[in-house]
Amino acid sequence: MPDFTEDATPTGRISREDVAHLARLARLAVTDDELQLFASQLDVILGSVARVGEVAAADVPPTSHAVPLVNVYRADEVRPSLPRAAVLAGAPSVEDEKFRVPRILSEEA
Amino acid sequence: MTATVDDVVARYEPVIGLETHVELGTVSKMFCGCSTEFGADPNTHTCAVCLGLPGALPVANAAAIEATIRIGLALNCSIAQWCRFARKNYFYPDMPKNFQTSQYDEPLCVEGYLNVEVDGRTVRVGIERVHLEEDTGKNTHVGGATGRIHGADYSLVDYNRAGIPLVEIVTKPVPGVGALAPEVARAYVTELRDILRTLGVSDVRMEQGSLRCDVNTSLNRPGEAWGTRTETKNVNSLRSVERAVRSEMLRQAEVLDGGGRVLQETRHFNETSGDTRPGRSKEEATDYRYFPEPDLVPMAPDPTWVESLRADLPELPAARRARTRAALGVDEADLAQMSNAGVVDLVAATVDAGAPVGEARNWWLGYLAQLANARGIEAAELEITPGQVARLIELVAAGTLSTALARQAVDGVLETGSDVDVVVAERGLKVVSDTGALAAAADEAIAANPEVAEKVRGGKIAAVGALVGAVMKSTRGQADAAAVRAILLERLGVDES
Repeated sequence: MPDFTEDATPTGRISREDVAHLARLARLAVTDDELQLFASQLDVILGSVARVGEVAAADVPPTSHAVPLVNVYRADEVRPSLPRAAVLAGAPSVEDEKFRVPRILSEEA
Repeated sequence: MTATVDDVVARYEPVIGLETHVELGTVSKMFCGCSTEFGADPNTHTCAVCLGLPGALPVANAAAIEATIRIGLALNCSIAQWCRFARKNYFYPDMPKNFQTSQYDEPLCVEGYLNVEVDGRTVRVGIERVHLEEDTGKNTHVGGATGRIHGADYSLVDYNRAGIPLVEIVTKPVPGVGALAPEVARAYVTELRDILRTLGVSDVRMEQGSLRCDVNTSLNRPGEAWGTRTETKNVNSLRSVERAVRSEMLRQAEVLDGGGRVLQETRHFNETSGDTRPGRSKEEATDYRYFPEPDLVPMAPDPTWVESLRADLPELPAARRARTRAALGVDEADLAQMSNAGVVDLVAATVDAGAPVGEARNWWLGYLAQLANARGIEAAELEITPGQVARLIELVAAGTLSTALARQAVDGVLETGSDVDVVVAERGLKVVSDTGALAAAADEAIAANPEVAEKVRGGKIAAVGALVGAVMKSTRGQADAAAVRAILLERLGVDES
């Protein structure tokens, strides 16, 4: 278990502005205090990941999956959908059998 | 003052690019077994996977992957030996998952090209990438006066479309085509549509949204770097593709002429006015935070399988056209005319169905082209098949229908979607060759129009047209006009010769 505390000094890998930007993209309300807190915590996490990168030798390729599988497909066959009542039961609001959502800005006119 | 594209290219060089989205014709969705049927009741084709419910595990549709690779092969692309899906993260209610499963830096197909012919010139349009993703749900905006988003109070979402396999085909920028840019854009989408149709991977219906196009346009002064481009969305017909490029060229030239600068922005094409309007400008740069999709394993198409797909590709439209030219034996001018009208394949198919070349050509360049024009669509989009046209030609040749009646039959086929013989039977379309009936109709017309009859008797033969019209009307267009005219003149005692 590595000692994370030794990396606790901020290294500037991630700034308050970065956190604010990410929070905005994720639609999260984050206070000023939290911005500072998360910036330093994320900095530690990034530092730890960077150390893993140092350990990984050239013969260890980057991967996005834990299991060495490729080409897992399904045949193009229709299977039953959920009953509509069940689908709409999870909607905050329903009108005309559709999900009713707040007015939205769109790229489509 | 009316500026033209020629005025624009006297001062500027255009660069165009196209992004085309194609809904694949699979029976089930991209990552789940929900049906892709068009027009079903709202939210009846959804499940845990396409709604993005917690714990749902997507599995890719094998037929969609095969279709995408076949599209890539038909567009002369290299097929990736290993690639992944990626999450494109954004918050918008058209995707219930809050991300779209797409491909980012590892598309299935890359680096291809498509040759298109415009004005006797072959233009090679580079293909940057062909990738596979999923379609979004459909929003209806409610409460706005115009039904458009601005002023809408809320939106209603139907997720039947969410998760339908969608292929995105992106061209490289196309410089150097000058005043032909609008036509090149249209010719590219037309050729692409024909290829997709030939491959049988999509029904490619622009009006239903199964083929959608975004058009990028920029202008630069000769010798200078490429200009800032705009992206025009909402381009939903082949004609609109051409109009959108032309409209953007004219608009940008005016901006640049006035010393202004073109903004990099999304614009919307307005079908009615034929021009583009700015869309919403983004508050911050787009940041989709793509990352490899952890719920789907990588794709590694077996090269042997890819080669077998290549070997099994059908004859593509360009090759078929070349063969058709030779087979039809039409001259260059005729061919160019048919090509410009987009009816070469239709004429060929009509000939294949048994019609003589000349008749097939006349129908597709004549009445059918007029109907397509009047509707603002391509002749190929008319709901009539080459086989049906061949049948009409056969009926005219046999004397069962006059040309006028055959046209009525075309109208009937388009209106009802029924086959030619059904329309002919239901509407009682048949040339009246019973001379007794025609003579009776002629006598009625003469009796009803004594003044006209008198003029004709007095030598004003042209006046007989009114009587012919009356007979045609009373026989509901089913008589042969020349025969009617002859009968009328005979009964009026006028000898034309």
